[in-house]
This record gives sequence, C-alpha cells and structure tokens, in this order.
Amino acid sequence: MPTFLREVHMKRHNLLDIVFRNITRLSAFTVLVLLVAIMVSLIIGSLPSIKAFGFRFLTSAEWNPVTEEFGALVPIVGTLVTSAIALLISIPVSFGIALFLTELSPRWLRRPLGIAIELLAGIPSIIYGMWGLFVFAPLFAEYVQPWLIEKLGPLPIFGPLFQGIPMGIGVLTAGIILAVMVIPFIASVMRDVFEVVPTLLKESAYGLGATTWEVMWHIVLPYTKIGVAGGIMLGLGRALGETMAVTFVIGNAHELSASLLMPGNSISSALANEFNEAVGKLYTSALIELGLILFLITFIVLSLARYMLYMLTKREGSTT
Amino acid sequence: MTKLNRFFYIFGLAASMSLAVNASAINLTGAGATFPYPIYAKWADTYKTQTGINLNYQSIGSGGGIKQIIAKTVDFGASDMPLKPEELEKNGLMQFPAVMGGVVPVINVPGIAAGQFKLDGKVLADIFLGKITKWNDPALMALNAGTKLPNETITVVHRSDGSGTTFIFTNYLSKVSPEWKSAVGEGTAVSWKAGTGGKGNEGVASYVQRIKNSIGYVEYAYALQNKMTYAQLKNHDGQFVKPDDTSFKAAAANADWDKAPGFYELLTNEPGKESWPITGATFILMHKTQDKPETAQEVLKFFDWAYSNGGKMAEAMDYVPMPEKVQQLVRAAWKAQLKDNKGKILWK
Repeated sequence: MPTFLREVHMKRHNLLDIVFRNITRLSAFTVLVLLVAIMVSLIIGSLPSIKAFGFRFLTSAEWNPVTEEFGALVPIVGTLVTSAIALLISIPVSFGIALFLTELSPRWLRRPLGIAIELLAGIPSIIYGMWGLFVFAPLFAEYVQPWLIEKLGPLPIFGPLFQGIPMGIGVLTAGIILAVMVIPFIASVMRDVFEVVPTLLKESAYGLGATTWEVMWHIVLPYTKIGVAGGIMLGLGRALGETMAVTFVIGNAHELSASLLMPGNSISSALANEFNEAVGKLYTSALIELGLILFLITFIVLSLARYMLYMLTKREGSTT
Repeated sequence: MTKLNRFFYIFGLAASMSLAVNASAINLTGAGATFPYPIYAKWADTYKTQTGINLNYQSIGSGGGIKQIIAKTVDFGASDMPLKPEELEKNGLMQFPAVMGGVVPVINVPGIAAGQFKLDGKVLADIFLGKITKWNDPALMALNAGTKLPNETITVVHRSDGSGTTFIFTNYLSKVSPEWKSAVGEGTAVSWKAGTGGKGNEGVASYVQRIKNSIGYVEYAYALQNKMTYAQLKNHDGQFVKPDDTSFKAAAANADWDKAPGFYELLTNEPGKESWPITGATFILMHKTQDKPETAQEVLKFFDWAYSNGGKMAEAMDYVPMPEKVQQLVRAAWKAQLKDNKGKILWK
C-alpha cells in the first residue's frame, strides 16, 4: 500500500477513535451531571422546609400536616432499623447459601439452586410486599409474635424491643421482608466471588488437614473480602431505598416506639404514601427534604463502607 | 407536476386530514380524586359511546388535582375536599359537587356481625385518640348492652396517604369531639395519635380484615364489596343509623346547599332522623375565566349529562347521585360564574 493511502487509512482510524472516545466520555459525564442535577433540585425543593425547621427537622418526631410541623426522626430511624434487621438476617443466610453452592452442594444441584436464587432477585418488589402482607404477616401474627411477646418481652434489656400486640405488620416484619429481598443479591455476589478463589489455595489447605469451615474462614473469606463487602453494600443499598414492599408491611405510622413489633415508617414509604396528596408548599418541601436525607444517608453509608475496606486493605499491606 | 409540488400537495393533504380528525375528536382531560374515579370512568365510557367525545380522567389524588387545575394543565380538577371560598377566589376557580359517598367505620372483632355494633361520635373520636384502648371499655359496653365484647386491645387503622376520605372522617370527628378538634383537627392527612396506616381504601380494608380486634374507616363501596363488618353510628338527632343509600341521601337532602357560598358544604353530622353522619360529596374544580371556552362547554355538557343520566350508574356502583335540587343550583352557578375571556356566559 502506498504511504499516502496508509496515512489516510490511519487518519480515518484516528478519527473513529476520537469520536468513540468522546461518546463514551460523554456517557460517563452524563451520570455525573444527572447526579449533581438531582442533588441540586432536591436542595432547591427542600429550601422552604430547611428554612422553616432548620436542624430541628432531624431530631423532631413530630409529623403534623394540619399544623405544618414536620420532623424526620421517625422515618430516619425506621429506614436505618429496617435495613439493619435486613442485613443482620441476610448476611449469615447468604453466606450459608454461597458456601453450600460452591463447596458442599452436589454438582447436579448447583445450577438449579443458582438459577432459583437469581430468579428470586428478579421478582418485582411489590410482589414481596403483597406476599408480606397477605401471607407472611398473618402467619407471623398467629405463630411467631405471640411467642416473641411472651418469651422475650419480659426480659430486662432488650425486652422492650418485643413488647406490644401481635399485629403481624411493623418494623420487624418490614426488616424480615427486606432480608428476603436482599438475600439473592448478596448470595449471588458471594457465590460468584467464592468461585474465583484459586483451587490451588483451597486444595493446599485441605491437604494440610483443614476442615471445610476452616478453609472457608481462613482462605476463601480473606481472599474474597472485597467482593463480599461489595455484595453486602449492594444489598444495603437496596434495603435503604426499598419502597413498595416496606410500605405494605411497615404500618406507616409516624410514631417512635421502642418495640420492633409496633408500626413505624421509613423515608421511602413516607414519600410513596404522602407525596401525591401533599397540599401546601411546606408539606411538599418537607417530603422533598426527606428524599434529600435518604440520598445523604445512602451516600454516607456507602462511603463509610468504602473507607472501611480501604483501611482494611491498607492494614493488610503493612502487616504482611 | 414537479417533484417538489407533489411533495407539497401530499403534505397539504395529510395536514388537512389530520386537522379534520382533530376537529371531530374532542378530548377532555381531568385529574384528581381517586374516590370517584370508578364512576367518572364509567360515565366517560358511556358518554363516549353516545357522543363520541372522549374524557380522560387521571386519578392522581385530590392534592394533585388541585395543583393541576391551578397550573391549567387539565380542563377540570377533582377533589374530595372542597376548597374554601377564599381559596377559590384567590385562584379564580369555581367548584361544584359531582357525586356523593359515605365513610363507614369498619371493625374486625370475632363474634360481632355487620351492623350489630353501635358507636357514637365521641366514643369513635376517643378510640382514634387512643383514649379508649379496650373493646370492653365501659363506654363501648354502655352503647352495646347485650353484646359480648372481648377484653382485647383495640388496634386503630387509618390512612397512611393523604385522602379525601380522611378529610371527611376527621371533619366529622372535629364536629363531634372538641378534644379531637384541638388535639388533631381536620385535613386530608393529620397527625394520628394511635394506630397503624394503610395505603388507600384497599390498604385500610386489608389491614382491618387481617388484624384481629381492629377498627378502621373506609368508603362505603369498599366496606360493601369486601363484606366488612360496619358499625352503626348515632347521628345528630340521636338515632342509630346504618350506612346505606337511604341514610346518605337523607344527609344530602338535609344540607343547606343554597346557603353555602361556593358549594363549600360538608355533609358531616347533618340533622335529620335518618341522616348518616359521615357523608361527603366529591367536587369538580374549573377556572371561572376560560381560555378555551369550547372545551369548557363540553366539560359542562358532560356533567350535565351525568347529572341527568348517570344517577342509575352511580347507584349501581354504591355512590349517591346529587339530589335534583342541588343539580339545579349547580347549573345556576355555571351560568352565573363561568365566562370566556371576553366575558361571555358559557352555560345557557
């Protein structure tokens, strides 16, 4: 090929490259721009409420649309508590699922079980909500809650968490439904990362006489730490923002109660419930501020998790 | 014919055809209250088969309906809570009642059948204030002598979303209980002192059906369709009444519509031996000065038709049509208040 033709060819190539690079860059920046735009519009929308209530908005449990007195404490607590319950249940269960699938399960069972878990992740959240309200809550009220109230209610320190009447719905129910919803996310990430652990490492440990549990705990888990934490974060992100399923079962009451069996509220379900019919500037603005707070909570929790991971890997670097 | 000419010819033909289509298909849009949505949809459907005019109603909630009509994005708004005369004035709106319904206290107490349980306004308010917490409270025993009431805690169920149903219910409680009025007040959403919240009438209905020893309030149609245990209420005249079309109509008939400026009339705690005390109308909102007079006229024609021909359909769906007397008042108000931007009267 003559030189000048090759140059033309190269030029065209370069041009394509530049165009392609800019398109991808544009897509990446769109995400940033959107994020900032959402943030800015949330702040502008919540300005009237921020001006009216200031810092008190975060500490007040009052939510009175008639007198236009708003405080976000109840939904904030509800969001954090339900997500904490969800993680408390879903982390050990997901770990068990992933462990079984990668180490213990007979080969023919792995695929069907794996697919079942992924299908669970694909179920729309409203289905979980309906299942929670129509199936889970009545059974929970009939068989589990009376036992909790009777056996755990009178205990000294954490007794107050389990006092009240067996209604079936409430903060604990919401936490359990959330756990069911996030298990497939955490479990499938855990399974995927467990699978990439080099067989050589595991076989060596087994060869030294380690039990399955020891291999899991000392070899697989340290090796996959970051991936596991990532899976948990993914689950936490979903739990914090989940709306429909929680709205069905949390009880939607702006009341602060020590008991997990009593109804509460979460930020996203308060928004889902009240935004449509919110009359007046301050009411709408208070709801938008709730949205802003949820945004910030998610942001803080996720950055804390990243920071923890960072510290963990750094410490590891210095000790070995 | 050149290529270009032919292009313009075809283009023109297409344009004139699309214009013709537009002219024949009038689209009316409305948005607002969810409670009357089923009947508006039914009316719209029947009206379309008779006149070819399409009415598109979006049940986005009363609050949304008010916002939309003020922003003029719809031809009419709908709200379960009437706007106060000064609010109407401020936004240049007029309102009229379209159809009525009743709010009914429903209970789930094992062993008690529908219509068997009796309540009065003050006791109902005390239950929702969290002051009466047991089903065998002396106040409830006194109203229900002879009925065996369990020694169980009452679970109160209310709406979690803002709602016209809540407005009618809390308006009634404010009228009969001074304590309710000062502690909670009235509104589409209030600060509840007790209980748990369900989303929508169906949410409250399903909570009450699933939680033993609970009490809630729903639109009459929901109580009926879900076969719920409704309670009798003591009305303004001291009579115990059951919720049905007779008692709703009695409440509407006894209301002073002609003395209510801007149809700001709430049918709660109306006098009359047969009146159901928690009755309410749902309202239509329109701009007094219309930029699109033809569309506004079509909206009026639709509601005129619904008043004259839609009563049976409303009753079949457990709504209560407006009394003849009120319909005449509404038509008079259309004539007096609705004008186009040159001041011409729209309704003759």
